[in-house]
Amino acid sequence: MNQEHFGFLDEYAKKEVRRATLKAVAIPGYQVPYSSREMPMGRGFGTGGLQLTLALIGRGETLKVIDQGSDDSVNAVNLRSFIEMTCPGIHTTIRTEQADLIQSRHRIPEKPLREDQLLVLQVPYPDALVVVEASEDRRKLLHGEADYSRLLVKLYEDIVKFSEITISHRYPTRINGHYVIDPSPIPRWDVPKLHNSPALILLGAGREKKIYAVPPYTQAEPLAFEDVPFRVEDFSDEHGQRRSCVRCGCNSSFLDEYVDSATGEQVYRCSDSDWCNQQLEQQQGVEQAVEVANG
Amino acid sequence: MDEVLSVRGLSKRYGQGCPACYELTGPRFETNLCPRCGSVVAAHDVSFSLYQGEILGIMGESGSGKSTAVKCLYFDEPPSAGSAEFFDQGEAYQLFDLNNAQQRRLANQRFGMVYQNPHLGLNFDISAGGNIAERLLMSNVDNYAQIRQRAISLLSRTEVLAERMDEMPRNFSGGMQQRVQIAKALATNPPLLFLDEVTTGLDLSVQAAILDLILEIQQQSRTSMIVVTHDLGVIRLLADRTLVMKYGRVIESGLTDQILEDPQHAYTQRLVASAL
Ligand SMILES: Nc1ncnc2c1ncn2[C@@H]1O[C@H](COP(=O)(O)OP(=O)(O)OP(=O)(O)O)[C@@H](O)[C@H]1O
Ligand SMILES: [Mg+2]
Ligand SMILES: [Zn+2]
Repeated sequence: MNQEHFGFLDEYAKKEVRRATLKAVAIPGYQVPYSSREMPMGRGFGTGGLQLTLALIGRGETLKVIDQGSDDSVNAVNLRSFIEMTCPGIHTTIRTEQADLIQSRHRIPEKPLREDQLLVLQVPYPDALVVVEASEDRRKLLHGEADYSRLLVKLYEDIVKFSEITISHRYPTRINGHYVIDPSPIPRWDVPKLHNSPALILLGAGREKKIYAVPPYTQAEPLAFEDVPFRVEDFSDEHGQRRSCVRCGCNSSFLDEYVDSATGEQVYRCSDSDWCNQQLEQQQGVEQAVEVANG
Repeated sequence: MDEVLSVRGLSKRYGQGCPACYELTGPRFETNLCPRCGSVVAAHDVSFSLYQGEILGIMGESGSGKSTAVKCLYFDEPPSAGSAEFFDQGEAYQLFDLNNAQQRRLANQRFGMVYQNPHLGLNFDISAGGNIAERLLMSNVDNYAQIRQRAISLLSRTEVLAERMDEMPRNFSGGMQQRVQIAKALATNPPLLFLDEVTTGLDLSVQAAILDLILEIQQQSRTSMIVVTHDLGVIRLLADRTLVMKYGRVIESGLTDQILEDPQHAYTQRLVASAL
């Protein structure tokens, strides 16, 4: 790779992403348009997040890339090796606490982020209003006036039909008391982590050419009713007992559900693989955990 | 009596317009189409006052500009000229000088609109109760139980069974859809209601029941209303005062009884005679 093209994008494109990012931080939750570049992978494969990462990471900094909580999935591996290849001099890690910049799809790490860390979320659909208003011009007016009554009507209809709010991902969340964002397909579990996050959270939609932000220590309130509050996923079993991860035993993390191919039973495992590994390490001592990570 | 709305010189022209538009259209020329430039002068120089608790009728044949006048006041269409002042809770609003957000706030919270076509007034993708909820949510009511309660009481007031509030509007008869539209319009207790041909196309018995409901609302809530219709019977029953429009102009106005008993304009005379 050509040293002059650190970060794959040309300097003009990187500056544009940075300018859009500054504006996004200045207007929390507002979708800032930018001229999303063609990347050597299909839009929809995290190109929005990737452009943010490429424009923001610098030599000597440490990167973590996850997809659905895992560092090892094909998408995460591909993105990580692309960034490593085009950004010589950066380090990579799978450990949340070691990363300066974390690019993620569908999850926010379980381990609380710090002020000196930056989280980049990949976004397929940036506009929370798209489900209730097809015209982008009219959506802009609604955003401008913070008129989210039609989203609330959807919640109302949900409660009428199912006695609860059934939205599982992309939960509409009001940032800093005005703009409602689509926080990307993170589970409800992760939505409270947006609120007053010490770390800057940037969201990038490549196909839709939008960048928006939840700046540090900014209010993030999921839309709900005064008497039907927002709730995260409930991992209790039929006896009201909190389920735990079959691998590490953690009973406070977001769990993925699997069917054990041997027994046919439903089992649960931490969705955040680094978290799961670190829980194991604590229990088993460091040497064994390294084996687990390598094997 | 307290004035609620003061409309002065309201005009609406569709088309690029020319200096002759207003001079060469109207009842005298028996057209609303400008012969020079082809613009439609849908309404011109409409002026009236509306007082608290009053029902003002706007009557006239098809195409005379009745709906146009109301659409401008409800911000569905921008007017070409004129002013309208709305007096509410000690404030006066120059309607056409407000910005879009202010206009939408008034339309959502202080006005109600009921259209002839329920598809214009109701969202057919959400339940009857959801339609009412939408208006309440726009006014920042954010308690689910309160919204349910209010929707039930509005629907029972307009005689829609509360059991049916979670059904989709398409399941309802035309008369029921109008009742849901009226309930939605009333959701925020607006002091001003626009009703555009709300009974047109309904069975006579259904029409009578809805007209009764409108009178009851006026008497109970002292809501001011503008009722648009081409039906003399509706005017006779509802309107305290009436404007008669033709080719975009008001050709006669006054107390409804007077207009019906002693119409001044030849057109009104024929209209009244034919309805007897
Ligand atoms: N968007 C538009 N573009 C051009 N002309 C229009 C438009 N809307 C209405 N008009 C014309 O303006 C005139 C007045 O229309 P309006 O709908 O106000 O009549 P109306 O009195 O309500 O009639 P009706 O009893 O049929 O509802 C008509 O000639 C109509 O064709
Ligand atoms: Mg009409
Ligand atoms: Zn003309």
